[in-house]
Amino acid sequence: MLLIRCPYCEMDRPELEFRYGGEAHVARPPDPMATTDEEWAEYLYFRSNPRGLHAERWRHIHGCGRFFNCIRDTVSDRITLTYKAGEARPTLDKGAA
Amino acid sequence: MSETGSMVDHAGMPASRHGPLDGLSLPGQTDFSVSRAVHAARFILRGESIHVSAFGPEVPDRLRASTAGSRAALWLGPDEFLLLAPGEDAEAIRNTLKPSLPAASTALVDVSHRQIGLTLEGRLAARCLSAGCPLDLGLASFPIGMATRTIYLKTEIVLWRQGDARFHVEVWRSFAPYLVGHLADALRGTNGL
Repeated sequence: MLLIRCPYCEMDRPELEFRYGGEAHVARPPDPMATTDEEWAEYLYFRSNPRGLHAERWRHIHGCGRFFNCIRDTVSDRITLTYKAGEARPTLDKGAA
Repeated sequence: MSETGSMVDHAGMPASRHGPLDGLSLPGQTDFSVSRAVHAARFILRGESIHVSAFGPEVPDRLRASTAGSRAALWLGPDEFLLLAPGEDAEAIRNTLKPSLPAASTALVDVSHRQIGLTLEGRLAARCLSAGCPLDLGLASFPIGMATRTIYLKTEIVLWRQGDARFHVEVWRSFAPYLVGHLADALRGTNGL
């Protein structure tokens, strides 16, 4: 079982307490009325799906209930770091993962 | 503590209320016993942590519970607290605490009937809980006074360590027979060791 560090509980907690919440930092267009169908579809449906480090949302649903963000390697499943929702995506040294 | 009692329903007919554990035999050995906790009134407070002090106990630290007399406040999240009190305090909490909170930024919800409180006691309590709870329940990593929401197999629980061999567990009432049944199974699995 993965141990995931919740940035709100500040503790490593078992994976079973968490839910995955999709890619992080997907910004909603500020003015939906002004976007084209293609831009709206891009926002709704298209994700980066990288091979390697991926910023994604998780929720500590059976713990403190908070959403937070996490950098996970999609190849090794290793979670490099977690950080609170609303914080900017940290810049990572590729070698660190 | 049984919730069974006679009442009258809306049509004036006799009605009865059954507690979720009525008719079940609970583990009652010295090594491990399960009983209903004394707290029968429970509220969820959402909002700034400072508002907990109006309830009685001081603001609990992260992943901790704080108590004052028979009342307890448990940290569930950065802005979510579980308030426990004896059943007879429920009316007073609704009538005095609720109006004293800023309505725009806080919510106080009575969840007394959503979940029940259990007291788990005995030398094997932590081992039986470990059968379904993935947290490390050793004293070093789950010390006395620690409280958190977590899971036990398929049911969500709130776990609060009150003593070396004493836990308070909150579970949604429809899941209570499931939890107690698994704990009794876990006790058999320990073979008393």
